[in-house]
Amino acid sequence: MSLTVFAVDDSRTMRDMLKITLVGAGFEIHLAEDGVHGLEVLDTITPDVIITDINMPRLDGFGFIDAVRAREDAGGTPILVLTTESSTDLKQRARSAGATGWIVKPFDPEKLVKAINMVAG
Amino acid sequence: MAEIRASFFVECEELLESLQDALTQMEGGDTDSETINIAFRAVHSIKGGAGAFGLDQLVAFAHKFESSMDEVRAGALTLDESIITTFFQCADTLSDLVKSSQDGEDLDASSYQGLVEQLAVLAGGEDEPEEEVSDFQPMGISLDLPPLDIEPDVEASQEENLALLGNNFEIYFAPEPELYRSANDPIFLLRSVQSLGETTITCEIGDLPNIAEYGANSSVLAWRIRLTTNSDEAAILAVFEFVDGLCTLEIQPATPDDAPGPTVVMEEETSEPTNTDQKEEIPEASADAETTTPELTKQDKPGKTTKPSERTKPPASSEPTQPKSNSQAAATVRVDLDRVDRLVNLVGELVINQAMLSQSISAAGLVGDTKIETGLDELQQLTRNIQDSVMMIRAQPVKSLFQRMGRIVREASASVDKQVKLVTEGETTEIDKTVIERLSDPLTHMIRNAVDHGLETTADRIAAGKSEIGNVTLSASHRSGRVIIEVGDDGGGINRDRVRSIAEEKELIPVGQDLSDSEIDNLLFLPGFSTAKEISNLSGRGVGMDVVRNSIGALGGRISISSHPGNGTTFSISLPLTLAVLDGMVVTIGEETLVMPLTAVSETLSVGEDDVRSIGPLTQVIQVRDTFVPLIDLATELGYSPPRSSYSGAIVLLISQEDGNRAALVVDGIEDQRQVVIKGLQDSYGHVPGVAAATILGDGQIALILDPSDLLQNASGHTRPAPELTVAG
Repeated sequence: MSLTVFAVDDSRTMRDMLKITLVGAGFEIHLAEDGVHGLEVLDTITPDVIITDINMPRLDGFGFIDAVRAREDAGGTPILVLTTESSTDLKQRARSAGATGWIVKPFDPEKLVKAINMVAG
Repeated sequence: MAEIRASFFVECEELLESLQDALTQMEGGDTDSETINIAFRAVHSIKGGAGAFGLDQLVAFAHKFESSMDEVRAGALTLDESIITTFFQCADTLSDLVKSSQDGEDLDASSYQGLVEQLAVLAGGEDEPEEEVSDFQPMGISLDLPPLDIEPDVEASQEENLALLGNNFEIYFAPEPELYRSANDPIFLLRSVQSLGETTITCEIGDLPNIAEYGANSSVLAWRIRLTTNSDEAAILAVFEFVDGLCTLEIQPATPDDAPGPTVVMEEETSEPTNTDQKEEIPEASADAETTTPELTKQDKPGKTTKPSERTKPPASSEPTQPKSNSQAAATVRVDLDRVDRLVNLVGELVINQAMLSQSISAAGLVGDTKIETGLDELQQLTRNIQDSVMMIRAQPVKSLFQRMGRIVREASASVDKQVKLVTEGETTEIDKTVIERLSDPLTHMIRNAVDHGLETTADRIAAGKSEIGNVTLSASHRSGRVIIEVGDDGGGINRDRVRSIAEEKELIPVGQDLSDSEIDNLLFLPGFSTAKEISNLSGRGVGMDVVRNSIGALGGRISISSHPGNGTTFSISLPLTLAVLDGMVVTIGEETLVMPLTAVSETLSVGEDDVRSIGPLTQVIQVRDTFVPLIDLATELGYSPPRSSYSGAIVLLISQEDGNRAALVVDGIEDQRQVVIKGLQDSYGHVPGVAAATILGDGQIALILDPSDLLQNASGHTRPAPELTVAG
């Protein structure tokens, strides 16, 4: 059974690339444009993994993760943070935000799929 | 891939626009953190996307720009005018880089080297960026490759591993409670390890307490993994990357014969070396564990129920999430332009159909019926509303266009060393997308003109008692169904004496001709007119106002000037809301019904006996007040009938061309003035002389829409019957 991946990113290019990569890898994918939109979509789907950008309008990645973690239904969903940052405090920031793991943009499709498998099989 | 690339550049346009917006707000004194964030995000997103496409130059510059902006965001740098100016210049360069990347070219790096240095200073001079930049080197993404198929890959690599008899590792993995809290799950990590090669996984449940003693935040299970792989230790570490620090992880090289460690209290073979379907094994093992310790899963994963209050909250101050009402983009849907055009066409049909219906009803003598009439009125109203709404779909705010002009002003003012401020109004005014695209060049030229010719030099301004900063205003507004765009300056106004002398010098007008102020102003639109004494490198680019006037005319628009000595000049462009509908004059010529664009018709006249004079055997002119205008008989030009013997009683449409040419077109009657839906003929018939397009009238009749400039250009001008060939005998 294919995994359902839910990706939240305000960049259309990034969303397109995630979609192509993940659909190509056999995942079912849902997309949202920012945190607020993401939370709305989350009312309608139950993803196996959530991928989210950090810098987004309306509700950024930190706020989004916070809100997801607070939910009864999706609180335990693995969340991967998409970020261009690669500094050492990335890990710390992602963790303190409540993320499960992280992907550095621009992502290597293979690594992305590996990362998803690392948190959700 | 090409599609994503194209969509990336479209997105870049939008991002550059919001960057401009944010910078303009910052320039206006708005130092709200969300405004800075918007600017930062825009650059950041461009960088992110560019990295994916390996656009190194763009990435490198965006990164430097972003770093400086990050300093502002973090409060380490306080915005002042010079920084904002630098940021504006960076935004321009970024836009250039986007453009050159789109064209697949590299921009000359030396052209913005100065900016890069300024940015480096702003970013605190520390040149750590280099390292980070390398992160954005292209990663060789090849999305064109066949879809990734993970399962076979795993199998393949395993077979390969077995065949290669690679390295052996002994891994000890003991999660801390935090691992579960971050929503990591050992089972997936174990599966990932499995994908590296051949594994034997054993679960240690030695410390398993009584169910009663389970704590919500405890972690009791640990795993030992024997792995035979051709990957190295780094590959294993990569699997545990996300849980680094959240577990005890020991990886040791092992010999193939090593038995599992003696500390194992209870062993559970989770993977037979011969079993090819290893993927299924782990879940079963996990299920076993769950059945024996029913509470385990739930209690052992506090992350599932943990409230956010228990976790470290992200620093709210550094990442404000409150939206700002004025910067919030409206929700949009992207639609293929073809679809919109199809809808526009269909609505056009609907309008025609509605007109036909009302015509049939009146023909059937049902007009007196109140019910039918009310229904018809409502239908008419609805149709019009639908038409308006559909036209609005194609409409876009002029904002993006105006923003581009900001750059033109900055560049133009710098090159002529004037201080100029661009004031824009009515940025939200919407016009047809095509019109916006085609307005860019004429507007650019007009703005350059305003800066170069319109505004006085700084010294002259001071002498005239004006502020040394010149204002160029760019405004858009709706006025009676058209869009008015005005380009104004608060300069010295048109120097009419000079305009006149230049026009005389270039023999555009006879010396000493009596001209009103507005007629002098309009000389600027004559082809071959250029007021600059010497061609400056700015506006004197071989394009005159006549070209501007022609491009506006091609959009169905008109341009006019008003100038007040000492107070400046304003050019006013009036444009139709859409190119799909045209204000037309419905005329009859013989049996035919034709449509003349209303904008071309300056007046209509009824021809009297004495108005027509002959010049030569075949041509005639008509006297309009004190001038003579060539007469063109449309029936003859279009081949409907030979020239008539007398024009007395005929109706002429006086056509004024942008180039000043005038002509009087003879028609038999004027039926109506109305909006008609333009149907192109180009695709089916190519260019038809004298005809611009066609439309369908209310009664279902097809009418040609005339092209006055083409008619005038190609008219034979024969308005008299050919002389009888008696002489030939």
